[in-house]
Amino acid sequence: MWRALSCFLFTFLVWLAITWSLAPLCLGIGLAASVLVAAALRDIELQDAPLLLLPVRLFFALAYLPVLFAYVVQANFDVAYRVLHPKLPIRPGILRVRTTLKSAAGRVLLANSITLTPGTLSVDVVGDVLYIHFILVPDPRDEAEPRRMLARFERYIARIFE
Amino acid sequence: MSDSIGFAGACALILMSLGLLFDLVGSIGLVRLPDVYNRLQAGTKCVTLGTFLLLLGVLVRFGCDATGVKALLCLWFVAMTSPTAAHAIARASHRAGFRLWSKSVVDQYAEDGDARGREEAAP
Repeated sequence: MWRALSCFLFTFLVWLAITWSLAPLCLGIGLAASVLVAAALRDIELQDAPLLLLPVRLFFALAYLPVLFAYVVQANFDVAYRVLHPKLPIRPGILRVRTTLKSAAGRVLLANSITLTPGTLSVDVVGDVLYIHFILVPDPRDEAEPRRMLARFERYIARIFE
Repeated sequence: MSDSIGFAGACALILMSLGLLFDLVGSIGLVRLPDVYNRLQAGTKCVTLGTFLLLLGVLVRFGCDATGVKALLCLWFVAMTSPTAAHAIARASHRAGFRLWSKSVVDQYAEDGDARGREEAAP
């Protein structure tokens, strides 16, 4: 019940933001649509999401955004360089990397962050193993390098979801 | 017209131009890179930031009104869905049997048999 109510409220707030209008017709359609969505999603469990209601976790979630954005910009210049270089300097491959994160939401956020950042793309997550496609596979002699790439995100995500 | 766009308008134009530039690079990457996985890399990174900057430009130009708030919501939506979609496509491609480019150096995902049936076995 609590879950359905929060889903309804969230849906309705998003509707208000999208329509940006308080006309009775708009509000009516929004209410009806929100009830429908809440009813349709009543069996979906919002795992870990309530954790974000804690101010400390919310603070780290917000602090994580600029960090992620910096990596995203760096990723773009990296990919742009490889794409525009006449010789196409890539050495692609898929590696298996273990994560220390335990929570499902944390792993999802980690996988999505990896996809958005330099030369890496999450292909699959099985248990605590991430399969990551690298556009430039790190030197196999340096086994710690893939771990290091994950660790710089895990530091933040652990504070948000663990 | 051109001398009345003001500071916000100028900032919006710069943001949108940068966004278009990244979208262009992403598109070139789609054409030049060899296989579906590398192409997804270009697709997720450059196109996400490109779209991000375009929408940010819209937000700066229109401020906090109906259009601006829609842009902000789209921003959030793109940031959430773009990497998730890339993961779904990459995983599905691999399981459907699309191998990596012939000059790829390693595929530990294939070594583990696409990790099929390991969901339950994983500790």
